Amino acid sequence: MNIRITLDGKEIETTAGTLLVDVAADNGVYIPTLCYQRGKPCLGTCRACSVRVNGNVMASCTVPVAEGMTVEVDAADLNDMRKALVELLFAEGNHNCPSCEKSGRCELQAVGYEVGMLVSRFPYRFPPRTREHVAKYIWLERDRCIFCQRCVEFVRDHETGRKIFTIDDRGTHASIEIDVALADRMPPEQVREAAELCPVGCIIAKGVGYDKPIGQRKFEVKSIRERTLERSRK
Amino acid sequence: MTRPIQPEIPSHTLPAATLDPQTRAKREEKIQVAMIALCGCWGCTLSFLDMDENLLRLLDKINITRSSLTDVKRIPHRCAIGFIEGGVANDENIETLEHFRENCDILISVGACAVWGGVPAMRNMVPLGECLKEAYLDAPTAETDAPPRIPHHPDIPKITTHVYPCHEVVKMDYFIPGCPPDAASIFKVLDDLVNGREVDLPTSLIRYD
Repeated sequence: MNIRITLDGKEIETTAGTLLVDVAADNGVYIPTLCYQRGKPCLGTCRACSVRVNGNVMASCTVPVAEGMTVEVDAADLNDMRKALVELLFAEGNHNCPSCEKSGRCELQAVGYEVGMLVSRFPYRFPPRTREHVAKYIWLERDRCIFCQRCVEFVRDHETGRKIFTIDDRGTHASIEIDVALADRMPPEQVREAAELCPVGCIIAKGVGYDKPIGQRKFEVKSIRERTLERSRK
Repeated sequence: MTRPIQPEIPSHTLPAATLDPQTRAKREEKIQVAMIALCGCWGCTLSFLDMDENLLRLLDKINITRSSLTDVKRIPHRCAIGFIEGGVANDENIETLEHFRENCDILISVGACAVWGGVPAMRNMVPLGECLKEAYLDAPTAETDAPPRIPHHPDIPKITTHVYPCHEVVKMDYFIPGCPPDAASIFKVLDDLVNGREVDLPTSLIRYD
């Protein structure tokens, strides 16, 4: 059903029930996302896509559009709120871009650039987190995990459908865990997909390391904003 | 430690060749800029040098006082702009940073170490005692002909428990992330300030590695 909504003061026509974040992209408005991926069910964990809908702030990946909605994306307070959310993630874990294999193709880093983060306004925590390297093909660098839960939901054992990654405990004790027995029977293709699915450099495929020179890496060739808007035009 | 402490002679009090009054007057008219590295690798200072001919163009308007390029050890008079590379990892870093804050109108964090601690901050996850033990007592390169010991002398700066970003020690006005930042980023910020524009680092010049 065709409906009309107002997006940043502009009236646009769209289909009822489509996710707001996709409608915005289709109309050339980039909203940063870290947990959401177009075409996959929404997780709503990172909140980086927060916008104002009819006066209330909500994550745009969780909102199906409805007739007459008024949506604000580009407002000073909202831009700052999204920036603060990204800054929180940088302060919460240990995100050392210069020493990270994922640098240049990391979505957290790319979104940091898009929201204009130069420094985190929050004190950096430097939490001690242990690495997990028992699995044969996967290296888990917990310092970088942002608990988006993409791997938890979307990486499953092909045979049994069981989850391979889980989040253990809560709050500051939360930790990403890997089922080693299941992980060790992941085909190489699935290992590659899991590493790519991770928006940060937490899930690393062993034996790869730095495979692209600086200047030719994913988001250097094309920014995350361009990629998001381009994907929607197809 | 048994070595007696020598009276300290700060290098800026040593005799130096005097400038002719004309050159001095010309220099003092310009915008004074200083730059120093704390706990970093001096890579950001190299990025500063990488401004190449852009730096030459700016030299009509700016005068670089204390910096590793000029080898001036103390800020000789009040500066408009101070660039800080590196985080705070010992008491000498704190003293230098405070000296810059007291003598600069605008202070800028340059690079990952100044902005959040950077590579040296990787020791923040390990207790200081363990770090020193690993570096000096259990190290494969530790002296073999002497009992292993952690160096301790009044002349050696005291290491802080953690590595801190500059803005957790003094107020910083602007931030240029990167490891190191591009010369273009440093030039953009300096050029904005020198020409009285609002500092604005475009997305294309922001990078964290």
